[in-house]
Amino acid sequence: MSESSVSVVKVIRCIVCPTGCQIKVISKGSEITFEGYTCKKGLEYAKQEFYEPKRILTTTIRVEDGFLPLIPVRSNIPILKDKLRDALNEIAQAEIKAPIKMGDILIENILELDVNIIASRDLGRS
Amino acid sequence: MKKYKADVVVIGAGAGGLAAAIEVKEADLSVLIIERDKELGGITLQCIHNGFGLKEFEEELTGPEYAQRFINKVIEKKIPYILDTMVIEITKDKKLYAVNKKEGLIEVEAKAIILAMGCREKTRGAINIPGFRPAGIYTAGQAQRFVNIEGYLPGNTYVILGSGDIGMIMARRLTWEGCTVKAVVEIQPYVSGLLRNQVQCLEDYGIPLITSYTVTRIHGRDRVKGVSIAKISKDYDRIIGSEKFIECDTLLLSVGLIPENELTLQAGAELSKNGGPVVDEELETTIEGIFACGNVLQVHDLVDMVTAEAKRAGKNAIEYINSRYGKELKKKELIKCVPGENVNYLKPDIINKQNLSEEIIFTFRVKYPDRRVLIQFKDQNNSIIYKKKKIYVIPSEMLELNINLEESGINQDCKSITIEVIPRPEVLIEED
Repeated sequence: MSESSVSVVKVIRCIVCPTGCQIKVISKGSEITFEGYTCKKGLEYAKQEFYEPKRILTTTIRVEDGFLPLIPVRSNIPILKDKLRDALNEIAQAEIKAPIKMGDILIENILELDVNIIASRDLGRS
Repeated sequence: MKKYKADVVVIGAGAGGLAAAIEVKEADLSVLIIERDKELGGITLQCIHNGFGLKEFEEELTGPEYAQRFINKVIEKKIPYILDTMVIEITKDKKLYAVNKKEGLIEVEAKAIILAMGCREKTRGAINIPGFRPAGIYTAGQAQRFVNIEGYLPGNTYVILGSGDIGMIMARRLTWEGCTVKAVVEIQPYVSGLLRNQVQCLEDYGIPLITSYTVTRIHGRDRVKGVSIAKISKDYDRIIGSEKFIECDTLLLSVGLIPENELTLQAGAELSKNGGPVVDEELETTIEGIFACGNVLQVHDLVDMVTAEAKRAGKNAIEYINSRYGKELKKKELIKCVPGENVNYLKPDIINKQNLSEEIIFTFRVKYPDRRVLIQFKDQNNSIIYKKKKIYVIPSEMLELNINLEESGINQDCKSITIEVIPRPEVLIEED
């Protein structure tokens, strides 16, 4: 492939607003450019999505002696998209004792990603 | 029979009911919340995903976090509530009868009532899918409750009918729990939920979205063995020969929500086409002193909008008690609000003429998607009262307009307003 060959490496559908622009990620030699966005937020989204896609992880953890058998949890900050599966597998092994307060750190520094798994609500004893 | 008394009784302790109750309590009136579930919070408790609170708190919360903030406020303000209690009757003089396990039948006397019972999901019966009645058919919200609150997985391989937000969110949730979602099938040619969910719940996991198709048969006698899907024409006819079989053990239905208004009807209030009560610009139903807010009035896209509407209902109930309760006021002069071209429904259904000088919040949905439209308000003589351009409208996005009709130059003899969403005339397109 010559230095100047141009190819669309990815098409990202922007989710910032309902317009849903198709943003093309174009590779020209070693240079990456974005086309098709119609606002600044769209460009920012596309860059994040291309270089380092992240998601907030929300799931549940088993609870011992709880008013309910599960507690809903979230990652305190977004997690790298390709680490979600590993994080889910680790969370699936956990069991927490009630009572729990919203915001309690239930799993600290999961997968050493500097992300904590925190409780989404209060949960009293059964 | 045990008796309770409060200035305002709120039926339902979901996002709407909690916000309305807090609003009333802050005005130093007494309030009582009645909830049929075993805890406060409502459906947001099972919506464990994020995306809530961006408007109300300007931060992104999960459903349970959103609910917890209101629950904490209810507790902090010592607002009384009764759980596990089902309201079974509302009378015109604002007495409520309810039942629970501990007290049996109870009577509650109120000056004003706020209806905040929410909505429920359409089931298989509403869409008539042929086949036997095997195990493995659930509504998406029912499955959500099993998975997120009760700790059961309803099956292993799924087909989801309907691309509403709950359906798409459940597709991701089940994938995360190790299940396989074979497809999300949508009868319309477009996705019916938010784009964000289409991208982050389906496309992220390679779950096929099959539009212009519907489930035409459920296979299996004891347990679902699969579903047949078929392509649907523009006139909603099944296209013969387009059938495909998808093997699955569970079918989830995400085919729409209906405001839950049996109590409202029984109380004698009028309902409108969307299934919610007829309300005026103060969210008062056709029964004086009974207000409605949240999904029992109209199904909202965002819980933040439910909260905003509930606060309005709370404020208006306070205003009613302070200025109109127990007084004989002359009959209101009303303007009817009518959905016109490409408007599915709109709220309010009626407007009191004496409030025309104030800003009125109109909420409505279109019937089909359209681009470069004009939203137009016309009176009974076709005189245009108000118009506004909009680039893009879709049924899944509730539209909201705050309009002062007097400043817009409404005619004093106006009897009805028709709201339409029409393609923009050529001239206007050039102006863009």
